[in-house]
Amino acid sequence: MTHASRHLLLLGPLMGLLTLAYLVPFLGVLRWSVTLPEPGLGQYGRALTDPLIRSILWRTFRICAIVTVISVTAAYVLALIWVRAAPGLRLLFELFILIPFWISVLTRAFGWLALLSTRGLINTWAQSLGILSEPLTMVRNEFGVIVGMVHFLVPFAVFPLATSMRNLDERVLMAARGMGASRTRIFWQIFLPMTRTGVLGAALLVFVFALGFFVTPAILGGGRSVMAAELIFLRIFQSPDWGLGAAISVIMMVTVGILMALLLRLTGGTRQ
Amino acid sequence: MTVLRPGPLAVILAALVAVFLMMPMIAVVPVSFTPNRFLSVPSGEWSLRHYRALIENPIWAEGLWMSIRIGLVAACVATALATAFSLGIWMLQPRFSSVLMGAALLPMVAPPVVSALTLYFFLINLSNYNSVIAFDRWGGVAVAHAVMVAPFAVVLISVALSQLDRRIDLAARSMGAGLATRIFRVILPNIRFSLLTAFFLTFVLSWEEIGVTLFITSVQAVTLPRLMWMGLRDNIDPAIAAISVVLIAVVVTVMLGRIAWQALRSRD
Repeated sequence: MTHASRHLLLLGPLMGLLTLAYLVPFLGVLRWSVTLPEPGLGQYGRALTDPLIRSILWRTFRICAIVTVISVTAAYVLALIWVRAAPGLRLLFELFILIPFWISVLTRAFGWLALLSTRGLINTWAQSLGILSEPLTMVRNEFGVIVGMVHFLVPFAVFPLATSMRNLDERVLMAARGMGASRTRIFWQIFLPMTRTGVLGAALLVFVFALGFFVTPAILGGGRSVMAAELIFLRIFQSPDWGLGAAISVIMMVTVGILMALLLRLTGGTRQ
Repeated sequence: MTVLRPGPLAVILAALVAVFLMMPMIAVVPVSFTPNRFLSVPSGEWSLRHYRALIENPIWAEGLWMSIRIGLVAACVATALATAFSLGIWMLQPRFSSVLMGAALLPMVAPPVVSALTLYFFLINLSNYNSVIAFDRWGGVAVAHAVMVAPFAVVLISVALSQLDRRIDLAARSMGAGLATRIFRVILPNIRFSLLTAFFLTFVLSWEEIGVTLFITSVQAVTLPRLMWMGLRDNIDPAIAAISVVLIAVVVTVMLGRIAWQALRSRD
């Protein structure tokens, strides 16, 4: 068998499928964005100047930033226990991390509806105990979206954090302890700075995931606080405005591309 | 050497996060027993009507079968293509292998909604030429899922190959083994556990997939997640609580089973 035919046989099938089903169609989406309804960059202009769309893009950015900060902080404590606690506790927390990870996003979003909606658990109990007289609105608004997204993203943030904690040189901590540093001081001045790349990596990962995320905001936002991904869906399927939907997709793809390049440089930089 | 364990404050904070993570999963249980037709907490009277609906209403069985069919095809295609690709990168070490790898991982790192729009474009164009791999057909969904989940298989299998000792392949080659013998008799048996894991992971990812599925199906190819989505949007159907309880029970059972199995194995 010749050299070239081996390449074709092994690498060809996946590359062929991806070219046909992904790369070429993406070029098609790119073409939509500059040809529908008329040729030109009008849709990009609209996306960046139309006040409604700008407010949606700004809300997307703001929610993603809030979600990233909360998720990474929560994931940091979880990862800390998962990596460094005594074996029994470690196993228990592994379950707390992996069970939500494997459960479908729809089930998890539904769980939050069951807890937070006006006839949900929290409102029903708080009212029967007399804490609340009127039900609190906790879903179909930004609060619900943020809670649901944090819940979805925490397990994803745990993995890079746990990796950076596992790779940490234990002897540095023992040296600090030996010289009499307090536990608090060891954490803030040694442990946290040494896991800095894990924190940044987790933050970028969560932010990128949050940006293109569609299902949880659509369910828990209930069409009230629309984010960019849901906007694309609505522009394609409800108000046929394909050009704009495609243009926002391209903007999102470019943003994520830049962030991923940052992530790669970051993880590449730690190896040297 | 004693290890510095996290203090009580860290344990308390982590426990709070764990409660937050588990809360919605526990909350679906009481809701699934409501006697009402809307989302509510049962007070006094508990009912199994929503579980009965799962069995009696044929749409759930149809959705289940649709999801299994799509998941099996997508997992087979994705695992086979990803295995060939990873083997190609590992054995042939082609020039531009990082570019090829980047292309292979694209559907995993691109925003899901962009992938969804791209695959929608792909399938509506194909619908003009055939009705098997097309918009709102199960064949089309299976291909789209295969594209979406293949990168995960590529990552798993490439990691397994990078940990494999290259000398066993060199030994086979120097004794005159052909490409097929090297792959099927030497390399693949050594990474069979990772191949199984890749198949399992790609099946689960396809089974749960909803972002892309929403764009590429309407009324014919209705998977289980798509059914749940329809019951979640406007009037929330408590049958979703019942199916959620079933799905959560499956995940918890598998996780506990795995731990028990590992404990048994390490005792031997």
